[in-house]
Amino acid sequence: MRHLLVLLVVGGLMLAATAVAGEPTTPQQVAAAAARKVVKIYGAGGVQGLEGYQSGIIISPDGRIATALSTVLDSDGLDCVLDDGRRFEARLVGVDPRRELAVLAIEAVDLPAFTPREERVAAGTRVLAISNLFGVAVGDERASVQRGVVAAVVPLEARRGAADAPYTGAVYVLDCTTNNPGSPGGAVVDSQGRLLGILGKELRATASGIWLNYALPADELARGCAEILAGTAGSPPVTSATPLDLRSLGLVLVPDLLARTPPFVESVVPGSAAAQAGLRADDLVIAVGSRAVASCDAVQRAVGGVPEGDAVRLSLIRAGVIVECDLGPRPAEVKRP
Amino acid sequence: MHANFPPNRIRVVAMLVVVGVVSTVVCQAEVDPTVIEAQRARVEAIRRGSNAAVSIFAGESGGGSGVLLTPDGYAATNFHVVQSSGPAVTCGLADGRLYDAVVVGVDPTGDLALIKLLGRDDFPCAQLADSDDVQVGDFCFAAGNPFLLATDLRPSISAGIVSGVHRYQYPAGTILEYADCLQVDAAINPGNSGGGLFDAHGRLIGVNGRASFEKRGRVNVGAGYAISANQVRNFLGGLRSGRLCDHAALGATVSTSADGRVVVSDIVESSDAWRRGLRYDDEIVSLAGRPVRTVNAFKNVLGTLPAGWQVPLVVRSGGRRREMLVRLEAIHSPATLAKLAGGSEDGGPQPAATPTARELPATVRERYEHRPGFANHHFNRLERDRVAAALAAVRDAQPAGPWVLAGRLASGDEFRIELSDASASIDLPTGTSTVAVGDELDRQPVPPGSGGLLPALVLWRRLVVEGPAAVGRTIFWGTAPRTPATFAAGGSADLVDVLESSVAGVVARFAVAADGRVLAIDLWCQPDADPCEVRLSWEDAAAIGAMPARIDVRRGDVPFAELLVDPVAVGATP
Repeated sequence: MRHLLVLLVVGGLMLAATAVAGEPTTPQQVAAAAARKVVKIYGAGGVQGLEGYQSGIIISPDGRIATALSTVLDSDGLDCVLDDGRRFEARLVGVDPRRELAVLAIEAVDLPAFTPREERVAAGTRVLAISNLFGVAVGDERASVQRGVVAAVVPLEARRGAADAPYTGAVYVLDCTTNNPGSPGGAVVDSQGRLLGILGKELRATASGIWLNYALPADELARGCAEILAGTAGSPPVTSATPLDLRSLGLVLVPDLLARTPPFVESVVPGSAAAQAGLRADDLVIAVGSRAVASCDAVQRAVGGVPEGDAVRLSLIRAGVIVECDLGPRPAEVKRP
Repeated sequence: MHANFPPNRIRVVAMLVVVGVVSTVVCQAEVDPTVIEAQRARVEAIRRGSNAAVSIFAGESGGGSGVLLTPDGYAATNFHVVQSSGPAVTCGLADGRLYDAVVVGVDPTGDLALIKLLGRDDFPCAQLADSDDVQVGDFCFAAGNPFLLATDLRPSISAGIVSGVHRYQYPAGTILEYADCLQVDAAINPGNSGGGLFDAHGRLIGVNGRASFEKRGRVNVGAGYAISANQVRNFLGGLRSGRLCDHAALGATVSTSADGRVVVSDIVESSDAWRRGLRYDDEIVSLAGRPVRTVNAFKNVLGTLPAGWQVPLVVRSGGRRREMLVRLEAIHSPATLAKLAGGSEDGGPQPAATPTARELPATVRERYEHRPGFANHHFNRLERDRVAAALAAVRDAQPAGPWVLAGRLASGDEFRIELSDASASIDLPTGTSTVAVGDELDRQPVPPGSGGLLPALVLWRRLVVEGPAAVGRTIFWGTAPRTPATFAAGGSADLVDVLESSVAGVVARFAVAADGRVLAIDLWCQPDADPCEVRLSWEDAAAIGAMPARIDVRRGDVPFAELLVDPVAVGATP
């Protein structure tokens, strides 16, 4: 009961929290000191809704930087911009595909670096999340600071698109919207600025389809970085995702005989999702979602990329008129007990 | 409890419940008094913010939020909240009452608007803080009308921290540029637009206006942006004038050079910056007193300044550091600005949004006057009359009849100026010049080389003696820095009223102090050329009605004269 009271008091009174604990540092000082150890990373992207930027955290004074393993790193020209605005070319040291971590190196010395606080914290812990969400900070502009609470410490069950996230260990689920474009690789710190975790990529919960706000705990981060530096990081597990196909929607296209067979609907299985959405034989599919499709093959590929829980919108030409059909949310496949 | 109790409110209620629990356990748990005090202070701050919060209902065009700035009902909001509302909106306050309000002025580029709530002179209002003092990590809260939930008129509160300061947000689609804004993780949702962002003391640090929305729909995802209180302060004078306000352009674009300096990459040769000597590849060191190290920093400073202000610019060129005073131009032509403001090119409101006079509430009808170039000319008249009253105090303290000012130049030579209703003359060592007051003044830019010192002085006297309404077409232009040379963008900016007169072929701007003394006159005999700049210095202790102690005259970069006025040789001729 006493603990509950303390939690209530500390929880309800963020401003006074430091005063209660008798800490010498203010939230502003903690934020400033932690933000100095967060970098902006620029790499591949900038097309098709993929951001070409993310965040990273300095883990050693000689320029080691931990970040999230993502398509941003698929570039020969990786740049890191420090809090003071200095820009460095970064080298990819190694990756941990299971935890979706990567370590970069820049040629710098005497950098302010995080030391992970490896013991787990409990739900209810107040945290600050520091990242370059939405790429809003450039040059010497400071990364963005958000405040929140560890809502739960639970195994990650999440997906990106149609694929399962490879990491299924524990994560800190946060009560604030931390995992935005540009956030992956950002820091989560406690009220004294100690590193609790690293922000992961944008993922949706397998069960609900809800966007997750979470961080990989610092102990996992430390283990991942150690494995990367030792060269022992494992390979990712084989993804178990079943891509959505046209058959399961009840949609039969004309036989795919040509290099680019125009995607005309051959028939619609009665009672299927396609039938319910009102598709008819002889409709010509011209777009899946916002992606234009010009062949049977392209339709199959586009539909396969639709995440579970999302509606599939098909644009059709029927008798010279453009028609749109929504094939209700794709049901989530429950595969885990 | 209401079935649709908004989530934000639930959070506030939950917080208050926590507060309640805390306060009841206080006695047993011996909570540190500083905790109790901090909580009391926070409750008080939120009470203050709530009382100043305005829920705006703009009919079919939606609505949003606002924040009261003065006891007589002036409130800030976003331009996009009142963009298509017409001149009248309905506002609700935390007291549960509805008030009619009228749109006063708009700044379409900066997404700001000023409205005036009617019916009281004792509205609760927010205190404008210095937003440059805001730090990342500071507690903050938004008070407003997200999702237009405030059907009971009580604002929703969302609390958070300041995530970033001096942010630059590019214009995107229909969303306007936000320069030098505050970034917060307090939930800013559609409907919060135009509402106040407050600090831990309940002081206004910004006006919430936009958020990063992406694939998760138009709801908050942890990054909201507020126009800084200091930008609001810079534009308040212009907004009160009822004019369509425009933002500043330097007349030059900048980019980052290979070695990381911010340099001029393009410059318009008709700009004041060019005439002051700014050239390609010059490095920008500071603008309006703020250091410029990145292109964003440059845009941040410029984006908070109104068109027409003179501000200091420091550049480095050819290894030499140079300071100059540049007059900022407008981003838009008057026609484009009128279009942006949602009207036809003559500045009138959109035909679709034009309410017939009958549709406006009577209280608004009395306070709305359509005129090209204005959102509401009625308020220009009010402000001009306010300045006129200050000028009248000076006039009443002065002897009637012609004015005579005599004294010495910095060189020691004597000068003598006589100003009367019909004529004016100035004796200088270089000769005597006269102006026929009844004729077009743009043809008499005398003394030669001054750009029009004597016409400027003639209009000064007429302004004081006859009042603004008598000097051609005179409007209240807004406010501008009292001393441009030392102006530094920030919360301590010292701003004075400015009147603008179009008369007898010339345009003149008068900076007028609160006591009615004219501090500066800029007179253009031809547009897009350097004006004659007259700066009047007054002895603090001198009686109202006395003459200035010193008059500095310059045109462009060339000083024309320093006139040291002899107090004995001043006043009306017998």
